Amino acid sequence: MSIPAFAHLLERLVFTPGRNAKLALLRNWFAEQPDPNRGIGLAALTEELKLATAKPALLRDLVAARTDPELLRLSYDYVGDFAETAALIWPDPHGRNMPPPDLAEVVEAMELTPKADLPALIADWMDRLDANGRFALAKLVTGGLRVGASARLARTALAEWSGKEVTEIEEVWHGVAPPYIPLFRWLEGKGPRPDPGAVPIFRPLMLAHPLEDADVAALEPAAWRAEWKWDGIRVQLCAAPGGARIFSRGGEDVTAAFPEIAAALTFEAVLDGELLVIRGGAVAPFGDLQQRLNRKVVTPKMLRDYPAGVRLYDLLTEGAEDLRPLPFDQRRARLEAFVLREQPAHMDLSPQIAFASVAQLSAIRDGARAASIEGLMLKRADSPYVAGRQKGLWWKWKRDPLTIDAVLMYAQRGHGKRSSFYSDYTFGLWRPDGNGGEELVPVGKAYSGFTDEELVFLDRWVRNHTTARFGPVREVEKGLVLEVAFDAAQRSTRHRSGVALRFPRIARIRRDKPPAEADRLENLMLLVPDRSAAD
Amino acid sequence: MPHPATWLRVTEAGLYCDPGDFHIDPTRAVPRAVITHGHSDHARPDHGAVLATAETLAIMRARMGDDRAGAAQQAMAPGEGVMRNGVGIRLVPAGHVLGSAQVVLDWQGSRAVISGDYKRRPDPTCAPFEPVACDVFVTEATFALPVFRHPPVEQEVAKLLESLRLFPDRAHVIGVYSLGKCQRLIALLRRAGWERPIYLHGALMALCALYEELGVALGPLLPVPLSKRGAPPTLAGEVVLAPPSAETTPWARRLAEPVVCAASGWMRVRQRAKARGIELPLIISDHADWDELLATCAEVEAPEVWVTHGREDALIHALSLRDVRGRALHLVGLGEEDEGEAAPVETAPA
Ligand SMILES: [Zn+2]
Ligand SMILES: [Zn+2]
Repeated sequence: MSIPAFAHLLERLVFTPGRNAKLALLRNWFAEQPDPNRGIGLAALTEELKLATAKPALLRDLVAARTDPELLRLSYDYVGDFAETAALIWPDPHGRNMPPPDLAEVVEAMELTPKADLPALIADWMDRLDANGRFALAKLVTGGLRVGASARLARTALAEWSGKEVTEIEEVWHGVAPPYIPLFRWLEGKGPRPDPGAVPIFRPLMLAHPLEDADVAALEPAAWRAEWKWDGIRVQLCAAPGGARIFSRGGEDVTAAFPEIAAALTFEAVLDGELLVIRGGAVAPFGDLQQRLNRKVVTPKMLRDYPAGVRLYDLLTEGAEDLRPLPFDQRRARLEAFVLREQPAHMDLSPQIAFASVAQLSAIRDGARAASIEGLMLKRADSPYVAGRQKGLWWKWKRDPLTIDAVLMYAQRGHGKRSSFYSDYTFGLWRPDGNGGEELVPVGKAYSGFTDEELVFLDRWVRNHTTARFGPVREVEKGLVLEVAFDAAQRSTRHRSGVALRFPRIARIRRDKPPAEADRLENLMLLVPDRSAAD
Repeated sequence: MPHPATWLRVTEAGLYCDPGDFHIDPTRAVPRAVITHGHSDHARPDHGAVLATAETLAIMRARMGDDRAGAAQQAMAPGEGVMRNGVGIRLVPAGHVLGSAQVVLDWQGSRAVISGDYKRRPDPTCAPFEPVACDVFVTEATFALPVFRHPPVEQEVAKLLESLRLFPDRAHVIGVYSLGKCQRLIALLRRAGWERPIYLHGALMALCALYEELGVALGPLLPVPLSKRGAPPTLAGEVVLAPPSAETTPWARRLAEPVVCAASGWMRVRQRAKARGIELPLIISDHADWDELLATCAEVEAPEVWVTHGREDALIHALSLRDVRGRALHLVGLGEEDEGEAAPVETAPA
């Protein structure tokens, strides 16, 4: 019964907006499914399943042979997605009572079946499934399955289900492969902890707490080290005898997107650093790095236009030695020696910032205006490298956010818990309309930053001041000013206003301010750093 | 023998029988109307004389008030017949909602059957559809695409019960239309063993009470309690029925982390469920699906089928492959209530 069960899980995950609900569905899957299907399902969801796939044309031919062309055309027009159309329109075979195929059977048969026999094989499976099962199968065998359940979410569900710490699971995760039978045996207390051996495995990252004003006074300058907090993606570079990997902060494998970095991992060590686009030593805005993310294929042009580099923060292991228990100062010395000796390509050291007093450090933080810097990192000189967010060891001291006063233009209903609230807000700034007047141009969207009371107020305001509706979106009177905080403003050709905001959120509702006195687009443009002046 | 096209035609108010001088499901007030069922797109207020089943008349009175449900109301039981100006009129169960009937018209040896809305699946809250052989069969085409094949309802109810088990801390709020779908879903839940009280949005109370009065037992029903300011959300683990889209209104904030469900034939298509923000789509329909439309057209053995509203292009094409003549009536104003409402703009009746 495995494909129908998997199809059902798939359907619920796709329609479920809430993280907690997704976790509950995954826990239930792990608890109820037998091996190897639960592991294969897990791999399919997290897109780690390597499955020999058929061409979409094969499915088209199979469906065409079973349906009237005009009815197929009308149906496809209506549904929009071919795999779904195929699943729905596939005739229910009468008089056949074969059990549905299971996941393991499909994966194995796709591997072993000669190409010429694939159409008959897939048609037979389709005949044995209902519409939901056919949809899952069609997506699986044509390689079009996108669920959006991250491996990180899956590991969290595994941790909740088994009672193990998620960091423990992360340590072994990259050493196990679908269908993860040793992993499940270990999690159920029936087998030993899987030995990752010589493959590169992810070590859970050490994270920082935000520094509150109250903590600042207590800082003893001599006991702390400062660095810039760079605005890129935190990564872990893992170079082991069995291979090299680049992991994101959550332990996702992003190696394929950054081949030039991967090629430079010729040593044996685990490094912590910030992935950035760096041109001639200068860090480019985050938007440039986004061009490189989530790419399965990296073209030579992208490598040239968006060169990636890693600014190194820490050294976790060197050779077979685990440095994590050592104090930060010692690890830093080892890191500096490592960089000097190895001279790794596309990597440099994150410089340390000397300071004699907290007041001096505060001034340094306020003076940093480059978009590529989010603020400061403070690390206690004697801190070991520990997984997660342990209080009092590392602080992040972000720059004060930038703010603008913008006018609310559109609101959209939220999802899940927020589905009865208009909780996503599009706001705009004034600019000349070319006819001697003024118009609002949207500059961003925010769906956080407000309190529960403010949300109730905003929702009611939207409902009472709606001028037009487009599905879940309402256009509102230009009558409410919102103070919007954000971390940086960058030039963008993808936005009508020509500018994109980083992490915009609602800082305050300015009921006191007339909309005509809200900020103008040119005020915001003054906050966009020149690319040449960055860093 | 006169072809039905010579005595049955489309006027601005809808389908009209010339010799009998009456309309069937007229979309505006007329002197004489035969009404197939109580959905508001079929049963409009302020007609002169209304002929319908007793249940349909009761539903019309409950929805529009005694004074607007027809100046003269004539109830006719299924199977009974009357003559008007030589036209025989008979009502036969359509299996759509309580009281729903097909209108069988006989004139000088030729017969037309106007089916209204209908379904072929068993429904504990109404009498099943009875096919009647005829010369012209007038059908709806709400789900007339081969992608619409409704799964067994038991399977959909099981999905709901499984979700209730998996998410005991959340209220399950199901969007349903107040006439038919609401009561059918309650009856299906009862059959599946759900004995707890079912909670109703205020807009659904009156018709459930009427169904009970008309002899359809629904088990314990309770109104969704009012929320007090600052009170914690309620009804975790309970089934709550509400009109579609009620989950988008402030009303829903009294419910504990609602799982938003919808019971409709449209839920068969993922994009439709996604666009409405549905977390648990339940494919439960009060209309015939594609296979049932074709099977019904074959069963009544009509050489000609007229399509009132819905996806007439696909149905007429499929009928032509079976040597049945199809004709689109393009009736305006049908398909607005029950499941027609959720249709996207491009499939709304033109
Ligand atoms: Zn109806
Ligand atoms: Zn209707």
